[in-house]
Amino acid sequence: MKCADAFRSREITAPLVEEIARSLTRPVRIMEVCGTHTMSIFRHGVRSLLPPGLTLLSGPGCPVCVTPASHINAFLAAARLPQVTIATFGDLIRVPGSEGSLASARAQGARVEIVYSPIDALTLAQAEQERTVVFPAIGFETTAPTIAATILQAERLGIKNFRIIAAAKTMPQALEALMADPELQVDGLLCPGHVSAIIGADAYLPFAERYGLACAVAGFEPADILAGLLSLIRQINHGQPQVDNCYTRAVTAGGNRKAQALIAEVFQPADSEWRGLGVIGGSGLVLREKYQRFDAVQQLALKVQPAVDPKGCRCGEILKGRLLPPECPLYGTACTPLQPVGPCMVSNEGTCAAYYRYSGQKGRGGRGGERVDFH
Amino acid sequence: MKADSIISLDHGSGGLASQHLISGLILKHLTCPQLRDLEDCAVLGEYAGRIAFSTDSYVVDPLFFPGGDIGALAVHGTINDLAMRGARPLALSLALIIEEGFAYASLERIIASVGRCCEEAGVAVVTGDTKVVPRGKADGLFINTSGIGLASHRHDISGKKAQPGDAVIVSGTLADHGVTIMSRQAGIDIGGDIASDTQPLHRLVGALLEEDAGRIHVLRDPTRGGLATTLCEIAQSSQVEIVIEEERLPIRPAVNVACEMIGLDPLYLANEGKCLIICDRDGAEDVLQLARRMPEGRDAALIGWVSERHTGRVSLTTRIGGSRLLEPLTGQPLPRIC
Amino acid sequence: MCLAIPMQVVAIQGGSDELLDPEVALVESDGVRKQIRLEMADRIPAVGEYVIIHAGFAIRTLTEEEAEYNLSLMRQMAEVLEREGRLPEAPQ
Repeated sequence: MKCADAFRSREITAPLVEEIARSLTRPVRIMEVCGTHTMSIFRHGVRSLLPPGLTLLSGPGCPVCVTPASHINAFLAAARLPQVTIATFGDLIRVPGSEGSLASARAQGARVEIVYSPIDALTLAQAEQERTVVFPAIGFETTAPTIAATILQAERLGIKNFRIIAAAKTMPQALEALMADPELQVDGLLCPGHVSAIIGADAYLPFAERYGLACAVAGFEPADILAGLLSLIRQINHGQPQVDNCYTRAVTAGGNRKAQALIAEVFQPADSEWRGLGVIGGSGLVLREKYQRFDAVQQLALKVQPAVDPKGCRCGEILKGRLLPPECPLYGTACTPLQPVGPCMVSNEGTCAAYYRYSGQKGRGGRGGERVDFH
Repeated sequence: MKADSIISLDHGSGGLASQHLISGLILKHLTCPQLRDLEDCAVLGEYAGRIAFSTDSYVVDPLFFPGGDIGALAVHGTINDLAMRGARPLALSLALIIEEGFAYASLERIIASVGRCCEEAGVAVVTGDTKVVPRGKADGLFINTSGIGLASHRHDISGKKAQPGDAVIVSGTLADHGVTIMSRQAGIDIGGDIASDTQPLHRLVGALLEEDAGRIHVLRDPTRGGLATTLCEIAQSSQVEIVIEEERLPIRPAVNVACEMIGLDPLYLANEGKCLIICDRDGAEDVLQLARRMPEGRDAALIGWVSERHTGRVSLTTRIGGSRLLEPLTGQPLPRIC
Repeated sequence: MCLAIPMQVVAIQGGSDELLDPEVALVESDGVRKQIRLEMADRIPAVGEYVIIHAGFAIRTLTEEEAEYNLSLMRQMAEVLEREGRLPEAPQ
């Protein structure tokens, strides 16, 4: 795109940074709920440009990191079967289950391949007919349609050796669970850009209306993020929470109907467990009856090891901004970036992982009240 | 002699089959007289100066990729390790561990590549070894090369020598090798103009040190872990703080696109034909001009400075004027969609 | 869960058989080319338009004008355009 570079140029971002500083008149707490936002904020050094008083909280927006140990255990159970090849997104490789990860399973002889697209997993199944290819189907609403389209293709082609383990989640229910918590103090929500491209900006209207939450749908270039933050600050200043679509080139009010239809055709909502947050009603996607034959857990009669919740994991409270990482009993001891327990440490840019790397504080200690400058 | 189609355990046993492998394949492409003598070791003669010695093993997958193969990496990698201490490479050893069943034609292709790279670099393989292990005990082919070099007394280049105020220069574009390999490993056919940058750097380094007058403090090739990890190592060793600027980093547009597509960070991907040069601020312009005159250094760029602080950390000033710390890589870089 | 980038469509390929040869977009940027699936695109792109790509699929089709409009909104937010007296108009 000719103007693509502009979205990350100082010509556009510098005035936005200036306006943010000018507009911030009181402390404001903003939550971003998309792992890609977390990564982009980090990558472009956005935090270092924000005025003190603007607190950015990282919510449970990384679908990989909120995949609970029980799902990982299902992936591992499949991986252990000699005729199975796991074809997975790279993000999942090191996420821990109750006993190891897909990486350690591979080290022990399991066939684990990294794919860029679920279609590649299907292609692999076609190429290796004597093996069963299992795709751990994680993701939010951006990824779910790609998995649905792949299932439909597999169905039409009559492919018998391709299966998924349904583990996708949907955002609005998780947001509801967070916002309904009276102890959560958040003034604004930076809404995930590409999830919104699918579900539509209107999906966040209930949050603005019911909780008085300022909402801004933002893309992932630095200009997008800064524009989203500026919109939130202005909404908060005016006391007029709404849903401001700052990512007009990708997001419409109603979203992508075709993609929504794909999800609805193949999946239906179900209760789903989120690592660190527990079970959130209706927040998961499972295969409809019509497509049950693609379910690996059933078809391969997988014996999944039950996950024991690690005692002491406080990710839930950290995700809600109620606790600082060093105040968690597991921080720096049972839970480190190399051996993470909860999503806040599993994600490279999760609150705890970032704290561990940048604050210099590698051990426990309730240094309450000290905000860390992550830059 | 009939060329066997695969390598068998017999080829490693020291008997007739071994001799056929050596004479028919290895010596066909590696023509140094010393090697042909097939003595137990090579005697290199008398040299005045400090001896430098380096070793490296190569286990890359895939074995063949755009821009090179495991053979080329094996030659260039060890030559470059010597060059990074300012040593002139004198000779290489080549040890092969081959998995039973490995295709003869592939082995020949790799050894031919070794021969070609040695000839182009003007450094010979003077001694070697070949072993064959049973199927499953090696991933196709493992190579070790060791190298002997001569370091002059004029220069004392080391990772401990970066000084506050020094300029940080990189000899060319970043992440070319890493993206080439990662996109293959992830099963992604990126296409485009992307190939490994594997090449020997001893001539570039030699030219820089000739001109030098003691102004180059650190040389390091940013291989595994990429530029970021290598800078972190130097910042730690020298106990300085290094600040680099994103806008100055020479990265080919196609590499940037590929990284964006797969979710990789070019700062953490391997380079196999580039070096970091940390030198006196005053000498930076001369170093750049000289490097750019040579094919190995045509895209050389000044990317940052060593600051006055002594934090042992590396910081990146981003394109939009923000700032973030660069940490060393933990584990392998992985593609992401999240 | 959103890593996705915009790339330009340089060709629409396939389409001879909905099953075995589905229509795909060939996208290109700086010499990098890739085939992208179109099953979830909000509309099928024309050559020269752009698609936002996630996990091998186009999730959204957009035009250069739509991108420019988004950019101008950002300028406006920071009041640059307002000061210069040039406000954007939404594309048709």
